[in-house]
Amino acid sequence: MIEARPAPTRKSRSVSWRSREGRSLIYQVLAIGSVIALIALLVRNTLANMKARGIQSGYDFLNQPFGFDVSETLIPYDMMSSYWTAFAIGMTNTLRVAVIGIVLATLLGTLIGVGRFSNNFILRKVCYAYVEFFRNVPIYLQLLIWYLVFTEMLPSFEEAWQQGHFFLSKNGVSFPWPVWELGHTLAVLGLLLGLAAGWGYARRARRHFELTGEPKPAVRVVLALMVVGAVAGWAMGGAPSQWSLPVKGDFQVEGGAALTPEFLALLLGLVFYTAAFIAEVVRSGIASVSLGQHEAAASLGLSKRQAMRLVVLPQALRVIIPPLTSQYLNLTKNSSLAVAIGYPELVSIANTTLNQTGRAIEALSIVMLVYLTLSLLTSALMNWFNASAAIQER
Amino acid sequence: MSAHHFEPIAPRPMPGRQTGAIAWLRTNLFSSWGNTLVTLVLLLVAGSALLSTLDWALLKAVFGSQLEACNNARGVGACWGVITEKGRFIVMGRYPDTEHWRPVIATGLMLGVVAMSCMPRFWSGVLVPLWAGMLVVYFILMKGGVLGLTEVPTDQWGGLPLTVMLTVIGMTLAFPLSIFVALGRRSTMPAIRTICTLYVELIRGVPLITVLFMASFMLPLFMPEGVKIDVLIRVVVGITLFAAAYMAEVVRGGLQALPKGQTEAAATLGLSYWQTQRKIVLPQALATVVPSLMNTFIGMFKDTSLVTIVSLYELTGALSLALNSDADWRPFKLEAYLFITLIYFVFCFAMSRYSLWVEERTAVSKTR
Repeated sequence: MIEARPAPTRKSRSVSWRSREGRSLIYQVLAIGSVIALIALLVRNTLANMKARGIQSGYDFLNQPFGFDVSETLIPYDMMSSYWTAFAIGMTNTLRVAVIGIVLATLLGTLIGVGRFSNNFILRKVCYAYVEFFRNVPIYLQLLIWYLVFTEMLPSFEEAWQQGHFFLSKNGVSFPWPVWELGHTLAVLGLLLGLAAGWGYARRARRHFELTGEPKPAVRVVLALMVVGAVAGWAMGGAPSQWSLPVKGDFQVEGGAALTPEFLALLLGLVFYTAAFIAEVVRSGIASVSLGQHEAAASLGLSKRQAMRLVVLPQALRVIIPPLTSQYLNLTKNSSLAVAIGYPELVSIANTTLNQTGRAIEALSIVMLVYLTLSLLTSALMNWFNASAAIQER
Repeated sequence: MSAHHFEPIAPRPMPGRQTGAIAWLRTNLFSSWGNTLVTLVLLLVAGSALLSTLDWALLKAVFGSQLEACNNARGVGACWGVITEKGRFIVMGRYPDTEHWRPVIATGLMLGVVAMSCMPRFWSGVLVPLWAGMLVVYFILMKGGVLGLTEVPTDQWGGLPLTVMLTVIGMTLAFPLSIFVALGRRSTMPAIRTICTLYVELIRGVPLITVLFMASFMLPLFMPEGVKIDVLIRVVVGITLFAAAYMAEVVRGGLQALPKGQTEAAATLGLSYWQTQRKIVLPQALATVVPSLMNTFIGMFKDTSLVTIVSLYELTGALSLALNSDADWRPFKLEAYLFITLIYFVFCFAMSRYSLWVEERTAVSKTR
């Protein structure tokens, strides 16, 4: 008979090189210590250098006037506005180009990605050529080319191309825009309300379909709700119907709404570049759904469209969403290249600030903080969306 | 009762041709009305676009560096004369004219070693001394100051050699760093994991341009008093830190894809942590992520164009430098842009083909 094993002794908690726990503790203390030491060293050097060069520090400059003209802004601005306002303008401009860019790039990218599966040979090859061309040329160079096209190739203001009430020239694009009144605000609110109601309806319709197998129209109802909401809001606000039409003035096109060449160059550059990557994401997502799934759907008697909507796309989405998120983030980050073509987004404003005040650390820290926040927010949003698209396992 | 009348189903028509040019046209271009319409519209649009491009780029273009002819052809034909005139400066940057043979040889050597490193048959220890030797020769050739070569300060390096150098050096330095960071992110020690995660997420959350700004404005402040670092080195540091964060994520993907049994088997054999990583985990993990690493490489090659913003004149910067100061040739910037577009495209396309090839190769080795 084997003797009974002795009761296990309590593990000694002593920090010793001999035990695994001890070593790991020592490593971690060393790692944290060296990081802290490094940071302390850098801070010490920086402070010493700043003192030696007479650089002032602190964020108090944010309340001083920016004193530079900002070419386009979504919030009221004049020469006496503070750095705060300037940074806020930069951030809204970044968001503006990023949001519009993301929507357009997703549309274009999806079309091209799906086009790679067309049964038309020429269309397939055109989509392929698009992807290979646009993603193999630096976005910075593409932006410069677009900017060159908009500022040098287009006709000058005097010979602007005119099509109805649309003008296109070196000064950008001008187009009709409603004179904004309460009715329009209410219409936008109505549209959002309609969307929210439609979302609720779509959830119920989906549950109904899962319980009974009876399909209910979803997209049509949501669209109808949105239209009804928008029209109702517009009518409640007194149904304003006045448009501001662009007219050729003496020095520029006046009235209507206008997009500057800087904004257009940046937007088009970002959209065409990112669309190439999104097309690849969509293509690989669809290709990742195995042929057996298509065949199984066909043998169940689903039409091609039904098979795509009910079987293939839900599975492809799972593959598509994570890389799509990083493309959205890339687009947002790439919008910082606008500093090269003079669109006043966050980095341009920071660059001006840096040259004006010499406070590199402060200006850059604001930029980094904003971008980090944007990145984290986008990731969180897409993670939530991804979780709702994930496999529902029992 | 009438006799059962047997009536065979009419024979099916002979199937259409499945092979040959006609059948191919039918399935790929004219399978339905919609398809035919798409074909015709695309042929019309693409055809006319192609014809007018040909007309502009070749038939009505001026190839010699004759300013007169170029100005006459403006708006009608391309002026490739701008490349005959300025091409050398665009490709070489501000490097002294008489010494151009040096960057050519040095960059050729660098690209040669990179190409060798891309071939699986050289994936062994031979590469280490090869790289070391190449780098020594490269910097002697580029910098000069010894062996009778005139010294060329780094602020005169530029053009394509600088683009290649920033990419290759940046990625080479980032690669080992990224492996440590990736291992750190999967470590069991919480402190090390947190440090690595913070580093990766911080860098990936901000645009490259802010990292470059930091390298150019803040690194000098970080240094002890009296220490001045060359702007080229600062930018290389910035690019390295940036690329390492992205590569670390790629490497981590490879580490995650490796079944747990591999490390467990290694532990059973009594291998230590570092032995396990070096002999078992990394060889397998890295082999599977070569295509993704290649994508990071392509991305970095394109992103080097941003260093213009912190005044290093690589390919894109050299172009601006060449044309912005010259009012005569400046109107033909588009042609010059197209020229460097072609250079970037050729490099990136070649790299992406290579990445595809490696992917197929690993796919074959996996299916056996």
